[in-house]
Amino acid sequence: MSVATKTDKIQRLAELTATKETSTGASLWREAFRRLKSSKMAIIGAVIIAVFVVIAVVGPYLTPYAPTAQTWRGEVFPNQGKFVGPRGENWFGLDHLGRDMFSRMLVGARQTLLVGVVSTLIGLVAGFLIGGLSGAAATLGGEAGKRVDSVIMRFIDMMLALPSLLLAVSVAAVMGQSLTTVMIAVGVVQVPVFARLLRGSMLAQGGADYVLAAQSLGVRKRRIVTSQIVPNSLSPVIVQATLSLATAIIEAAALSYLGLGNPDPAIPEWGVMLAQAQRFFDNAPMMAVYPAVGIIITALGFTLLGEAMREALDPKLRG
Amino acid sequence: MSLLTVDELTVTFGGRGRKESRAVDGVSFEVDQGQVVGLVGESGCGKSVTSLALMGLLPAKGLTIGGRAEFDGTDLFTMSPSARRDLRGSEMAMIFQDPLSSLNPVVPIGVQVTEILERHRGMKGEAARKEAAHLLDRVGIPDPARRLKEYPHQLSGGMRQRALIAMAVACAPRLLIADEPTTALDVTIQAQILELLKELVDQEGTALLMITHDLGVVAGLCDQVNVLYAGKVVESAGRRELFAHPTHPYAHGLLGSIPRLDAPRGEPLNPIRGSINDRIAWADGCAFAPRCDRYEMGCLTGTPQLGEPRAAGHQVRCVNPVLDDAKAEEVPA
Amino acid sequence: MLRLVVRRLLQLIPTLLGLSVLLFLWLDRLPGGPASAILGEKATEAEVARINRALGLDQPVYVQYWRFLKRIVELDLGTSTQTGQPVWDEFVLRFPATVELSLLAILIAVAVGVPLGYFAARNRGGWLDVTAVSGSLVGICIPVFFLALILKGIFAVQLGIFPSYGRQDTGINATDVTGFAVLDGILTGEFDASWDAIMHLILPAVALASIPLAVIVRMTRASVLEVQDEDYVRTAEAKGLKRSVVRSRHVLRNAMLPVVTAVGLLTGSLLSGAVLTESVFSFGGIGSFIRTAIDGRDYPVLVGFIMFIAMVYVLINLLVDLAYSLIDPRVRVH
Repeated sequence: MSVATKTDKIQRLAELTATKETSTGASLWREAFRRLKSSKMAIIGAVIIAVFVVIAVVGPYLTPYAPTAQTWRGEVFPNQGKFVGPRGENWFGLDHLGRDMFSRMLVGARQTLLVGVVSTLIGLVAGFLIGGLSGAAATLGGEAGKRVDSVIMRFIDMMLALPSLLLAVSVAAVMGQSLTTVMIAVGVVQVPVFARLLRGSMLAQGGADYVLAAQSLGVRKRRIVTSQIVPNSLSPVIVQATLSLATAIIEAAALSYLGLGNPDPAIPEWGVMLAQAQRFFDNAPMMAVYPAVGIIITALGFTLLGEAMREALDPKLRG
Repeated sequence: MSLLTVDELTVTFGGRGRKESRAVDGVSFEVDQGQVVGLVGESGCGKSVTSLALMGLLPAKGLTIGGRAEFDGTDLFTMSPSARRDLRGSEMAMIFQDPLSSLNPVVPIGVQVTEILERHRGMKGEAARKEAAHLLDRVGIPDPARRLKEYPHQLSGGMRQRALIAMAVACAPRLLIADEPTTALDVTIQAQILELLKELVDQEGTALLMITHDLGVVAGLCDQVNVLYAGKVVESAGRRELFAHPTHPYAHGLLGSIPRLDAPRGEPLNPIRGSINDRIAWADGCAFAPRCDRYEMGCLTGTPQLGEPRAAGHQVRCVNPVLDDAKAEEVPA
Repeated sequence: MLRLVVRRLLQLIPTLLGLSVLLFLWLDRLPGGPASAILGEKATEAEVARINRALGLDQPVYVQYWRFLKRIVELDLGTSTQTGQPVWDEFVLRFPATVELSLLAILIAVAVGVPLGYFAARNRGGWLDVTAVSGSLVGICIPVFFLALILKGIFAVQLGIFPSYGRQDTGINATDVTGFAVLDGILTGEFDASWDAIMHLILPAVALASIPLAVIVRMTRASVLEVQDEDYVRTAEAKGLKRSVVRSRHVLRNAMLPVVTAVGLLTGSLLSGAVLTESVFSFGGIGSFIRTAIDGRDYPVLVGFIMFIAMVYVLINLLVDLAYSLIDPRVRVH
């Protein structure tokens, strides 16, 4: 066989194989991101969140009126059931004190985002530390570690047994009523959720062959935990954090409803606005509907993105 | 006339927006009454999909089946779904690869056996239970009365596979399809299960379609062997003929890659290089060409046709077959 | 089975002990301590000292804790500062109302959620599936009390189909036997009383059911989708069994396992939601009572409620475990 035909042959073969899709070694995350981009749920969620964040950031600078100014006090008579609905100068109407609802919604967005993010961060950080400790002890700490783990988990179970609202009430009772209290209360409720999730995920990873391999290669335990087990256990925690943003906003609203929200009238927050409006619900339902719809849509945005992420990261659904 | 005739079977997944993939690409073979036929190939060659398509167990969504499959003279693919349901479990039955996941974990073994007797043989109550115990006994499960009340997790791997076999033979089917029935089992258990299958087939005259990647299973059991590669049969012959003269380079490579005890010490093993992913479309040429030592320009000009370059009835799909017997294998007994 | 029950009950002890320590510390930390909780915030120092002595608060912490614990064990949860009645009695009085409400809520959630999730899974991607999935996503995001307000506004205030507050019309003179209004009506033959109680239950129960319903729909759907692809379902199909048998015995039975656990946990969490819904409808159960206790900073009631809920939660978990061991043979053996 001549050299020429041999090259031809190889070339032809290469052409034919090249048309086939070759399997790429895409990482879990890149693969997940690719699937996320093609998910309708994720896109809707991301758009909602983006709009919400933009409003939260620039909204307070765009208010047509001061959110606390009782400019139209003389036009609203809650006792007689006389309220002012949407009109040219007040797009969302007035609240029970004659304040501009639209301005209050814009400013309230930032407070709502703040409550959601800070309380989720509190839950995430505390839960991460507790769950990480527990998981590390259980996977690599031997018999003593297992005991440490079981004590921590008992404690976590106890926290789970407490109804979240009551936990928040307790925190509020000790710390007094403020925005900080709301954030801590809502955050504390999330701690056991994150702790259990991370621990469970770490335990699953701890039994994996690659951990055994690393151990048999003599990699130090602390290094295995920090560089192998924890990074590989993160994805459910990140999904939960996204979902928790939604729960936090809803829980904060519930706290406000129970009269435990931020009492400072200078800072409108959607949950507080909704709680205040419910007294006038029969005569001025729209006053409650604006903040409620704001809360629902925002929570929905985080829920959609979180659920889409969960689906994208689920190895069972890949392929 | 043969019991099962498969003619140019194609199975395509996907479509409608998604990328199509053809898992089975024109497979033809026959199974005669009482015959044991092997369908051999590495994972991904389409052998399992073929068996599921014949049983009608592939998910209906995003699936296109082409070609014909006749069972006892009736076309399986044009049959009504309910007629097919009547056929399944009674005339043709199947045994699966993983006995643990193939048994319902929350239903007692007894119910899982009697439900098929109730469905196809109209048995009820005590009669069905008796027959079920008899079936378990028949497949070599000791103390069948007690086992009937137990759940799958209480049985050993070998016992579970025996229970599945009992369900498959419960209605004395004319065709039994076994999809890698021994792959998930210990080696010692594997032999027992194969022995059991052989015994059942011999006694009842049941035809058996054996899906496997294990040439040892083929050598011990099959009358006729079809070697599959990338969704097509590349070589088809009787067992002795195939083991004596593997003619397609792929089949030749498969047999040559088995380590032998009588080989001289230090002689290297002969694996087939690459994987089934290194392939070209059959329409362009031979799918095996990228892994083949013998390929030439002729391999890349359209689908190679089946021919009989060596002996009548020994079909080979290759333009450059292995015809020198220098490295031929010993014929298994 | 008995050993499982005993073991779980024993496990309850450390949890409750730990909880009591937390609660004790919490009470100790309250601004002004229990004295000002009893006396109000404007108490003089002399009064506070007197109350502290009377309550034994000048004694060492462990003595105080021991007394606290002893009282809890004796079900002496203190006296409500609002009503002046023993907290335990107040709970017993209001418990039936909340149980009725929670049971109906979970019943609605299961009766609607399981079939909906099942049929959504079977018609994956169809209109029913899309509606069920998006509906449950939205359902999770609606604050419970807002949903209660809307339901009340539309169906009670505007349309007048259902009553807007209370457990029973005051006009109905029902005989009290068990405290369960619906049951009492049936027992005494006062069916109009039962009917009236049911009408009062519906709106709050629907509001309370919203979140459990959303969770059960999604859970059932996911579970059925997973089980549908299991090898044993393929085996059942390979046996040529009737479609109905494959679906009930092989798909549904396995798919229900995780749902049972979820239902148990959801029932435990209903009490929290009951605080919100009951107060919208002035329902008069434990939820409404807690709502007023929060407003009035009635700490003995709150502490008692937390201990009470923790017990309920653990007992429900126990029931779930038992139920689980009945339907999943893999658990039973151990």
